Amino acid sequence: MSRKTKDMLIKSLILLSTGFTVGILVIIIGYITFRGFGALSFDFIFGSADQGGIWPMIVSTMYIVGISLAISVPVGIMAAIYLTEYAKQTRFVGLIRLATQSLSGIPSIIFGLFGLALFVRAFGFNVSILSAGLTLAIMNLPVIIRATEEALKSVPQSYREGSLGLGATKIYTIWKVVLPSALPGILTAVILAVGRIVGESAPVLLTAGVLKDVPMSMFDGGRTLTVHLYLLAQEAISPHDFQIAFATATVLIVIVLIINLVARFVSAKLDKTKA
Amino acid sequence: MAENNKFKVENLDLFYGDFQALKSITMDIEANKVTAFIGPSGCGKSTFLRTLNRMNDLIDTVRIDGTIQLDHQDIYKKDVDVTDLRRRVGMVFQKPNPFPMSIYDNVVYGPRAQGIKDKKVLDEIVESSLRAAALWDEVKDKLHKSGLALSGGQQQRLCIARTIAMKPEIILMDEPTSALDPIATLKVEQLMEELKKEYTIVIVTHSMQQAARISDVTAFFLMGELIEMGDTNEIFSNPKKQQTEDYITGRFG
Repeated sequence: MSRKTKDMLIKSLILLSTGFTVGILVIIIGYITFRGFGALSFDFIFGSADQGGIWPMIVSTMYIVGISLAISVPVGIMAAIYLTEYAKQTRFVGLIRLATQSLSGIPSIIFGLFGLALFVRAFGFNVSILSAGLTLAIMNLPVIIRATEEALKSVPQSYREGSLGLGATKIYTIWKVVLPSALPGILTAVILAVGRIVGESAPVLLTAGVLKDVPMSMFDGGRTLTVHLYLLAQEAISPHDFQIAFATATVLIVIVLIINLVARFVSAKLDKTKA
Repeated sequence: MAENNKFKVENLDLFYGDFQALKSITMDIEANKVTAFIGPSGCGKSTFLRTLNRMNDLIDTVRIDGTIQLDHQDIYKKDVDVTDLRRRVGMVFQKPNPFPMSIYDNVVYGPRAQGIKDKKVLDEIVESSLRAAALWDEVKDKLHKSGLALSGGQQQRLCIARTIAMKPEIILMDEPTSALDPIATLKVEQLMEELKKEYTIVIVTHSMQQAARISDVTAFFLMGELIEMGDTNEIFSNPKKQQTEDYITGRFG
């Protein structure tokens, strides 16, 4: 085989792989929206469960996202700041880092089981959006810590030196120069975390339950979109039931897409290193 | 110690872990003069410069013996406020490192870190510092544009302006022109001529011509030791040590 044909062959293989990936994505999204589109309506999205709507599930999902971000983002960012900016690089810190990295590899159902034992039972929060929010916060902490660490490490050391060299304190340096420069990276991590929370089903099924009402307090249970989808698909008998399941999936996809687009936009706006 | 000495360094050793980077450095640095440190790469001149405002504190493995006095005060004593020291001893780095913010915010970064908030005062600091750094005319119409949009030479003068805004007593410069083209270098050197009237300047340079052009006193480092220090003209025309002569005549380095 000549070098030229070899080159052509490899190139077409690469192109084929790319086309295959994109193709599958298009087919999945296309199929789901095609099957679900007919059931999409104002009443479906904003109606109560009795009217066949999914508004309570959207609200429950958003509450759980809010609770888990409110905890995991500040705690995760502060932990990452400690690990990269303050901690001396000793074996102990290496151990902490290894532990957080291993945590991010644990299957989510195990976090669900843990949340069920700790928050639902031991703390007595019952099956509630609070229990689910806390469980997902713990699940997401390692991801946020790790991504924030990477973002902080990518801030040029010369920024820190410049700031400290001007007589700024360490905390002022971190607050005014390091964090703003790392913000696009941190934000991307947070958005990915949101996607993960929105998409999680097993742990929320265990900790938030299946109640179809809009939760009135943090201690109420609630059904998320994913859990709703899971139950719909499981109980579906008529073609109409399937259509509702696909419509729910469509809403889920649209929410995740919107979050991603907003994240890209905000991240680009915040990136001040592009003069 | 003579009255016009700013720094008095005695028997300074510095270790990176087990490696000794500075060996028993003893020198005085005079006020209102330009002192240049020359020597081949890895001779310890930058490391030594960074001991003068304790920038080496940032590296975990660094250990220091000996004393450095600034105006008769030991700067490595426990109760020394490092931020205060660095305000008095400003630093300009090898690669221009403006922060990713506007020109204005870059210049007032130090004053703001000290808690100055009055807009009028900050405005004045911006204009006077940029004028002193010979940058005002080039940037006065775009103060709120990003500092990163400037050319390399302008960025370095912005960094000098940022340092001047702190009203330091001493300015340390770590090869400030090594990342600049010849024209930008010339401008920064002209600026140093102006600055030495008001500030004590200590500059590390790779270029012997630069040391000869701008400095009053030159110190030659080799392998972590201070080989020779004296009047710049003396050092370049009539060095006392063989190693100094070898270096400035280009026999090594």
